[in-house]
Amino acid sequence: MLSALTQLLIFQLAGEVIVRGLALPVPGPVLGMLLLFSALILRGGPGKELQTTGSTLLQHLSLLFVPAGTGIMVHLHRVADEWLPLLLSLLISTAVTLVVTALVMKACQPRATTGEAP
Amino acid sequence: MTAELSQIWVYLAASPLLGLTVTLLAYQGAFWIYQRSGNNPLANPVLIAVTALVLFLTATGTTYETYFAGAQFVHFLLGPATLALAIPLYTQFKRVRAMLLPVLAGLLAGSLTAIVSAVLIGRLFGASQSTQLSLAPKSVTTPIAMGIAERIGGIPSLTAVLVIVTGILGALGARYVFDAMKLHDPAIRGFAIGIASHGIGTARAFQVNEQTGAFAALAMGLNGALTAMLVPALAHWLSPLIGH
Repeated sequence: MLSALTQLLIFQLAGEVIVRGLALPVPGPVLGMLLLFSALILRGGPGKELQTTGSTLLQHLSLLFVPAGTGIMVHLHRVADEWLPLLLSLLISTAVTLVVTALVMKACQPRATTGEAP
Repeated sequence: MTAELSQIWVYLAASPLLGLTVTLLAYQGAFWIYQRSGNNPLANPVLIAVTALVLFLTATGTTYETYFAGAQFVHFLLGPATLALAIPLYTQFKRVRAMLLPVLAGLLAGSLTAIVSAVLIGRLFGASQSTQLSLAPKSVTTPIAMGIAERIGGIPSLTAVLVIVTGILGALGARYVFDAMKLHDPAIRGFAIGIASHGIGTARAFQVNEQTGAFAALAMGLNGALTAMLVPALAHWLSPLIGH
């Protein structure tokens, strides 16, 4: 648990340092994730400990969004004023993004792995 | 007695302990409701927990800043959790490599669609300029989206909320969209959810199965990186459209 958490923090720190050092537009944790991913490929997989700690963190991923989500209380006025454009934008854009992504992927899928429709 | 109680409250309200505890309590209560509902996506635990917390903080007259002083310890774990996404990604790596072309094409198309459609629809229905800019990164995970919003002149904390709502909409609605499209491939379903609705969609995808979750995690990571580059570049192109 402790060494796995330390590994995650070291890779996150490395990501942050590189992003700032090279002024990359990518957020630090995302670069850190790519670095860890490369390390896993080189190492031939996560150890048991990292696997367990990672699953625990991801199992409760939803919890981690609660503090930021509660920030809506600061913007209740703006949300009250602009709720219609906000709602329509989020609703339509999310649906369109799902459809476009799925259709483009389906169109580009190699024939061998195309799943048969039941 | 009442004086003592209010003294205790004064202490608690100023201590990070309260914000942290109520966050965990609200989430666990919300998760209990979610499980009792038979994992009904309408009983999304983030939505329930946030509603409960906003009501609690408003009722007790606690400011968001005071609350966040405690809740930041949970918020901080978003970083390590983003890193941890590399693990399911590695597990699914073989499947991803076989789907490199659809993955890259889906990423580019989905990322552009998410940004441009959010801004244009917001503008069409009369959102103010700063609101439109806050909408642009709405499909990527909170810490990334807040960073982007800040860079282009949006409002980071409004973006955080829009990101959460987008995540909930995707987590709630994706299965209906895919079922209507008669799309069953768990890899494509997962990837599209991750593009459109980041971590909350990904969390939901992991509840469906490991493969859907891994592709959602992959999409979320890639889209976070791509959107962070696309939005500042597109801001030039979008700004004449934004107007006001």
